Amino acid sequence: MEPLNALVSVSNFMLIPAFAYGSQLALGALGITLIFSILRFAHFAHGDTMALGTAAVIGGTFFLQAQGVTIGRLPTALLAIPFGIVVMILYLLAADKLVYKYFRKVKAKPLTFVMASLGVMFVTNGITRLFMGVGETRFEDGERFLFTVREFRDWSGLAEGMALRSAQAITILTALIVMVALFWFLNRTRAGKSMRAYSDNEDLALLSGINPERVVVITWTITAILLVLAGTLYGLDKGFRPFNYFQLLLPMFAAAILGGLGSPLGAIVGAYVVAFAEMGITYAWRRVFGYLMPDGLEPTSMMQLLPVDYKFAVTFAILVIVLLFRPTGIFKGKVL
Amino acid sequence: MSLTARDLGLFAIMFAVLAMVAMFQSPQLAVTILNMSLISAIMALGVNMQWGYAGLFNVGIMGFTAVGGLAVVLVAQPPVPEAWAAGGLGILLGLMLGVATILGAVVVYKRMAPGRMRGAAIFAVVAVGYLVTSQVFGPAKQAVQAVNPASEGYLGGAGLPVILAWPVGAVFAAGVAWLVGKVSLGLRSDYLAIATLGISEIVIAVLKHERWLARGVNNVTGIERPVARPIELQPVPWVQSLAETLGWSVSQTASVVSGLGYSALFLIVLAILIWLAERALNSPWGRMMRAIRDNEVSARAMGKDVTRRHLMIFVLGSAVCGLAGAMMVSMDGQLTPGSYEPLRFTFLIWVMVIVGGSGNNWGAVLGAFVIWFLWVQVEPAGRWFMDMVTSGMALDSDLRRHLLDSAAYMRLLTMGVALLLMLRFAPRGLIPER
Repeated sequence: MEPLNALVSVSNFMLIPAFAYGSQLALGALGITLIFSILRFAHFAHGDTMALGTAAVIGGTFFLQAQGVTIGRLPTALLAIPFGIVVMILYLLAADKLVYKYFRKVKAKPLTFVMASLGVMFVTNGITRLFMGVGETRFEDGERFLFTVREFRDWSGLAEGMALRSAQAITILTALIVMVALFWFLNRTRAGKSMRAYSDNEDLALLSGINPERVVVITWTITAILLVLAGTLYGLDKGFRPFNYFQLLLPMFAAAILGGLGSPLGAIVGAYVVAFAEMGITYAWRRVFGYLMPDGLEPTSMMQLLPVDYKFAVTFAILVIVLLFRPTGIFKGKVL
Repeated sequence: MSLTARDLGLFAIMFAVLAMVAMFQSPQLAVTILNMSLISAIMALGVNMQWGYAGLFNVGIMGFTAVGGLAVVLVAQPPVPEAWAAGGLGILLGLMLGVATILGAVVVYKRMAPGRMRGAAIFAVVAVGYLVTSQVFGPAKQAVQAVNPASEGYLGGAGLPVILAWPVGAVFAAGVAWLVGKVSLGLRSDYLAIATLGISEIVIAVLKHERWLARGVNNVTGIERPVARPIELQPVPWVQSLAETLGWSVSQTASVVSGLGYSALFLIVLAILIWLAERALNSPWGRMMRAIRDNEVSARAMGKDVTRRHLMIFVLGSAVCGLAGAMMVSMDGQLTPGSYEPLRFTFLIWVMVIVGGSGNNWGAVLGAFVIWFLWVQVEPAGRWFMDMVTSGMALDSDLRRHLLDSAAYMRLLTMGVALLLMLRFAPRGLIPER
């Protein structure tokens, strides 16, 4: 019985990666939930917009690297994020003006908006691939590890090692800061309050002199910031491949629905639940139980509930369970 | 509701364009485009039933077509007796145990009073069921996959004529659709969208991963075809004399003849489906479906069971997509799970339906032809365009090479722009609903 080794092992292979992945999902799901509560449609272009934002950041990173600008131990991409955010704010506002605004004016059905977001998805997808192709691009530089497996082992004297990649640490830290800032914005500032008012009751908000177009602009701006951060952090952590971003759509929607659509807190909780469930169910627990069980009773199988290829199935199962038993989600969001 | 002169004109233009492809590019290309257009038209018909008749938003078309494709392997491939001997029974037993576990959990959920006890009981049923199932299923799967893995390693199919696979594919897709619909219909439409998005990813994951089923990413190739292959047609005397009359090479003639054989089969299926769909649309049932689509509340007030009707049409539409998927795999003669991409198999079909005219069966068919034609032709056009743009640059410049390489992605851009323009300026499509 070596519970400490078990703890270290499970942290290294499951808890830390899941926490980082959950933070990335949370930033994405927050964007989906915001768009849903203000603009009232399911934004299918979310994953691909995230990819485009990341592509802009990568472009900025490569430019900076070519100029010889770096920030020491941190990835250069952090410097390029503001550039990516500006590009994406302009892109999303342009998309809104060219596409969604008309449908708002004619008060189209929600599904027309979804369909329009499919169109935007195609276009965004095409633009991303025009710049980046379909292959994998790695843009992480600087110090790769805060501490490595070997350093941890030497320091702790345990048989199991643990590493913390800088991308993971940065992800978790950034996500926490962004979430706090977002809640401060929504609850304390005038613009944030007008957003919440508009989300709660459109007519009343109009009546009290809130300019809907301004609310929409703020929403897209915040979404752009969240998107670029989520996309860049995911790319730093796992490398950039446009198709992976498309596939993030399902876990992000699952997180938003699980938490309760329209509820920012719900989106965050939902994202972590989805991430830990995906990782936990597809993780091979053999080593951990090897340490936990008394001698002679170590498991012989992999102790893996599902192969990693089925992580979508886990997300989907969560989605189905929520839809069946509590369609409003954990935090009583709106039912679509 | 017959076609107007304008609609016929649009179809005539489309076929004139295809004829021009045959004349100026190559007859094989024209036949390939025609065949894929016919298959896409059937998929679009299925989607049009769901969206056009009932307003259901299905973004899992890829999954339903892939399930249909799986049916071809399971029906037409010869069985692998060694694999069956090695683990066939174990796999069947494992699958049955898995289903029994789920049913057991459902029974417990329905029979017991809500509360902690019920939760614990369900958990116990699922945990025990999982352990037993994996004990039976795991070894059997390993044994099957170990049988001659280079060319087999799976259970094989039933060895029946390949045409039978088409209706079976429809039934498979209908089964999956019933499960999805049961869960997500009755809530509002966006949930169905997300649920179908999920199920299509899972279907592809299963196809890729479960090698005992259809060899996974190793692909099943050389599936029996319903039409003679070009290589078999080459020695046939009338093909040779036809080649002489046309002045084409024998191999070219043979591949065109073989392709046209598929076209004939597909046309028959499409004609039957359109006839059925038009009859249904103009029957009291079709009027009821459209009434539900246009105003659910008042339809419900008239005593219509909206959820049941939605489930019905969702299953029907998905079955049509499954049929098309089976047809596609039997035309290619291979099942390649890696080639199923959502952009190509789900969202492209949506563009077809929207561009063609949602709610109109003929519109869906025309949309399929137009969009598939663009999808195939935009790539060379994009390359030509990039060539023009970059002609001033140095031959070895990086930017030029990059732009030429990425010309392929112009088609995504074009499709998106086409969809957005149609939605904005002609939301009712090329052939609007009447």
